[in-house]
Amino acid sequence: MGAPGLHLRIPGLTIGTWPVLAALELDFAPGQTTVLLGPSGSGKSSLLRLVAGLLPMPEGAVLEATDAAPVRPRLAWMAQQDLLLPWLSLLDNVALGARLRGETPDLSRAREMIAAVGLAGRETARPAELSGGMRQRAALARTLMEDRPFVLMDEPFSAVDAPTRHRLQELSARLLAGRTVLLVTHDPLEALRLADRILVLVGHPAVPQDIAVPAGPTPRPAHDPAVLTAQATLLERLAEAAA
Amino acid sequence: MRPGGMRGAAALRLAVSGIGLIGIWYFIVWATDAPHFMLPTPLRVAQSLVRQWDIIGGHALVTLAEILAGLATGVAVGLATALLVMAWPPGRRWLLPVLVISQAVPVFAIAPLLVLWMGFGAASKIAMAAIIIFFPVTTAFYDGMRRTEPGWLDLARTMGATPRAVLWRLRVPAALPALASGLRVAAAVAPIGAVVGEWVGASSGLGYLMLHANGRSETDQMFAALIVLAAMALALYFAVDRALTALLPWQPDSITEDTP
Repeated sequence: MGAPGLHLRIPGLTIGTWPVLAALELDFAPGQTTVLLGPSGSGKSSLLRLVAGLLPMPEGAVLEATDAAPVRPRLAWMAQQDLLLPWLSLLDNVALGARLRGETPDLSRAREMIAAVGLAGRETARPAELSGGMRQRAALARTLMEDRPFVLMDEPFSAVDAPTRHRLQELSARLLAGRTVLLVTHDPLEALRLADRILVLVGHPAVPQDIAVPAGPTPRPAHDPAVLTAQATLLERLAEAAA
Repeated sequence: MRPGGMRGAAALRLAVSGIGLIGIWYFIVWATDAPHFMLPTPLRVAQSLVRQWDIIGGHALVTLAEILAGLATGVAVGLATALLVMAWPPGRRWLLPVLVISQAVPVFAIAPLLVLWMGFGAASKIAMAAIIIFFPVTTAFYDGMRRTEPGWLDLARTMGATPRAVLWRLRVPAALPALASGLRVAAAVAPIGAVVGEWVGASSGLGYLMLHANGRSETDQMFAALIVLAAMALALYFAVDRALTALLPWQPDSITEDTP
């Protein structure tokens, strides 16, 4: 789909008096999925929120797309909670973005997105009538509905059980192919299945370090020996980072 | 349990409680040997209610109209104030302290002033009820809008939402359950405002009737008026409660009949 890449440069990030991120410069390759890993409190979510515009950019920070067009109006956000509005039907939740911008939503496209995540037939259901996995799929449909080249995901599948997470990873890898994705997770297996590039945030303030990624297209099968070996290595690296 | 069965059980409990309370009432009359102008028996009150239904009913309609008008006015002012305070930052800075100060003045203390300014008619009672009601409505609605789930606001921001859409499509619907609590309180206190207004100065209404019955030692009539007032207040509360539950079906209710 020809999504551009992203360039981020910050002179460090301090929240309150706590230095969260060290000075860093990162390039996120066009159409690739970059996974940010790190122990809790490592600053991975802060980094993502910074890119999303949910944290104020520190003085001297730069965020630009490789095609030089503005970044923020072209990104979609998916969080750990599904953030579905309990008073809206599934269809209206998926179509939320356009309504919040004061535009008329394309409801037939919203129905297509619902079908794409396997929820066809549940358009009129309220979120409370859906299971945790279905709600997260609905959130994925809402993210896809935005049809943005940049997709930011903050631990999107951490609130669901392991088999559901496995299926959601396959689904999102397939549906988000071609977009420039930044995914934050604390799950090494998720990182190794979905990533074109893995960055581990190490130290205080945190510095991103590149980690080798197994060969092969994403989503990589969980039983791939290369994935399993890498998982053990990655787990050790994370434990060191947390120490 | 079937909903019908549950309703039957609730009705049975209500009947048992009612009979029990009447029993206690009879017992107190019997035990204290109170004269009927101090504490009439339930039978005397019932007889008074039937005999003077025309008078009591007429005054009850006046009070009911005052309560409903006061409720409507208080809710409207409360909603408007909360929206103003929410959507307009200078309103927040200037109006919010004034609102808090206004609640430091006991409303009952200004009732004579309201009657002086607005007369013995319905206007002063409606104003009284509205003044009591608008504050719980304002604070409940405003607090509800302020406590909108931060994740929803983050999502709206990344979607490029307009401030207007954030208010009407996120904050207001998110605040409706909190507003519903405020409206329930409003329904419960509205009769107090109307009756206090009538006590201070009126030419009709149940408060006026009770005051006069008291002055003439017609305690049975006073009790009859009180029972009609209580019935109206209960009916109003449950009507509002039912309507709110029906209007907010997505609002989870974790307390059911069987919750310990």
